Amino acid sequence: MQTGKPKKKLHQQLRRKYMWAYIFVLPQVLYFLLASAYPIVMSYVYSFYEWDGLGPLTRFVGFSNYNELLHDEMFWNSFYNAMIYGVSATIITVVSSFLLALVLNDVNMKGKTIYRTIYFLPVVTVSSIIGIMFNNIFGIQGFANQFLQSIGWIHEPIRFWLDPVLAMIMLILVGSWKHIGVVMIYWLAGLQMIQIDLYEAAKIDGANYWKMLMRITLPLLKPVAATILLLTVGSSLHVFDLVRTLTNGGPYHHTETIELFIYEYAFATKFGGVRVGYASAAGVYLGIFVLFVSLFLGWLGMKAGSSGSSKIGKEVSKS
Amino acid sequence: MTSSRTARTIIHVLLAAVGVVWIYPFVWMLSSSLKDNVTFYKAAVNPIPEIFRWDNYTRAWEVANISHYFMNSVIVTVSTVVIVIILSCLTGYALGTVAFPGRTAMIVFVVSLQFIPKGYTIIPLYQLVKYLGIKDSYFGLIFAESSGAHILFILLFAAFFSKFPKEIEESANIDGAGFVRTFARVALPNSMPIVATAAIMQFIWTWSSFLTPLVLTITKPELKTLSVGMLSFTELYLTDWTGMAAGATISLVPVMLVFIFMQRYFYEGISGAVKS
Repeated sequence: MQTGKPKKKLHQQLRRKYMWAYIFVLPQVLYFLLASAYPIVMSYVYSFYEWDGLGPLTRFVGFSNYNELLHDEMFWNSFYNAMIYGVSATIITVVSSFLLALVLNDVNMKGKTIYRTIYFLPVVTVSSIIGIMFNNIFGIQGFANQFLQSIGWIHEPIRFWLDPVLAMIMLILVGSWKHIGVVMIYWLAGLQMIQIDLYEAAKIDGANYWKMLMRITLPLLKPVAATILLLTVGSSLHVFDLVRTLTNGGPYHHTETIELFIYEYAFATKFGGVRVGYASAAGVYLGIFVLFVSLFLGWLGMKAGSSGSSKIGKEVSKS
Repeated sequence: MTSSRTARTIIHVLLAAVGVVWIYPFVWMLSSSLKDNVTFYKAAVNPIPEIFRWDNYTRAWEVANISHYFMNSVIVTVSTVVIVIILSCLTGYALGTVAFPGRTAMIVFVVSLQFIPKGYTIIPLYQLVKYLGIKDSYFGLIFAESSGAHILFILLFAAFFSKFPKEIEESANIDGAGFVRTFARVALPNSMPIVATAAIMQFIWTWSSFLTPLVLTITKPELKTLSVGMLSFTELYLTDWTGMAAGATISLVPVMLVFIFMQRYFYEGISGAVKS
């Protein structure tokens, strides 16, 4: 009888604690269901309707939006452009940010913080401002052309934004410029997870910088590399802000990526009327495509991760 | 780790040279914002203005509505930061300290939803704002900007609170402080580093956010934030490049200052993202 009471009290206390925990998570859960889960579900639902976004959702059309997209030249054009941008920007960003991180990870390096700040600044710059800056600097009478003319490298101004190929190259370079800083921080985080005693041991064994890089740093970074690749590919295939502010898809749709194509159908009038269902179907295609790419990269990462760590085990046990 | 002195010097020279090119666009913007429209074209290469034209700033601020966009950005960004921190801090505290029934299920549900391919979710979000009757208002914009699972912040808070010494909480309990009081008086004041990290990251995201304000201000241009307002600036005042540069400088200053002075917290947050 005597032990029953405190137990009951404890039970009550626990129940009160649970109750408060539920109250604490409730706002986030409701918000999440309303503003995140609902839009995800509806982004699929809309794709089966023909809808202008204004009246009631009544014209169910099955998979016809999906079929129509497959025969839409402009859709394939935007898909192709997104691929070119995504692959090139990813390669440039991932490789150069890695080199930068490798250099900046040196503990004895002077001015590390200043360099890091400089290379990170574009990351926190608003896209529309990037649009203003680069449209100007690389405009016909802009800084770049005046500079190149003054040092005699060119005689006629280069039409950076009016040539289809050059415009795409510019977009890729500016996109990489904006993202290298943040990926550099990812790499630095990965590099700092490697235990210093591994390097110490290797040094005692007489290993030089390159040997340590090839035998310790690179193999141990493989799982992080997979994550970084995943994040970068995903975000660059979804590129929208920069395309909208730098080229708006021009000249003649040559830099139009999928997200811009979708936006034009969903909210604007470049292609005629607003077609929410059509835009949604294109969004689903993109989502599924990015998922497959991610799964593939994740699978590569898992393979690399397991072989990488076993190799390290061997190296360490050898020494 | 680099062995020789020369190698280190070469690296420094390279880093500095590339660094100058890297931030030259900002130098260009600052110098253009102080030039007059003639030197802007004639002497684009020379970064130093002949006469300092501060009136570019007053023109951008008053005539081109930058003051308006600026206020909108401040209202939307500050509200979003506050809402997101409250939501993720409360959730993180519950997840980190109480093993309530359904906790694992909840985490699994939210995390797995992140891996489901999403369609174009901004359309339903826009429709939702419309249904809720908060379209064309600050509420609609703030509601949309604060959405998302905030998984990173919740994880940061949960990890922090779970490591929080149990004795302190228990002694607070013995002193008769309830769950809420313990949270407010003991846990929350100690979690300020996480609050700072979350606040800075969310501030920079929301300040730079583009698609959401673009879509939600289509029918109400007065609500435009700086990031989309600057786009209409370029479309409205096509030839006023120096005014545009001044406006751009105004929009960049807050986010740059926040970043430069608080970057430590920012990096910690990003590193946390990779590690988790």
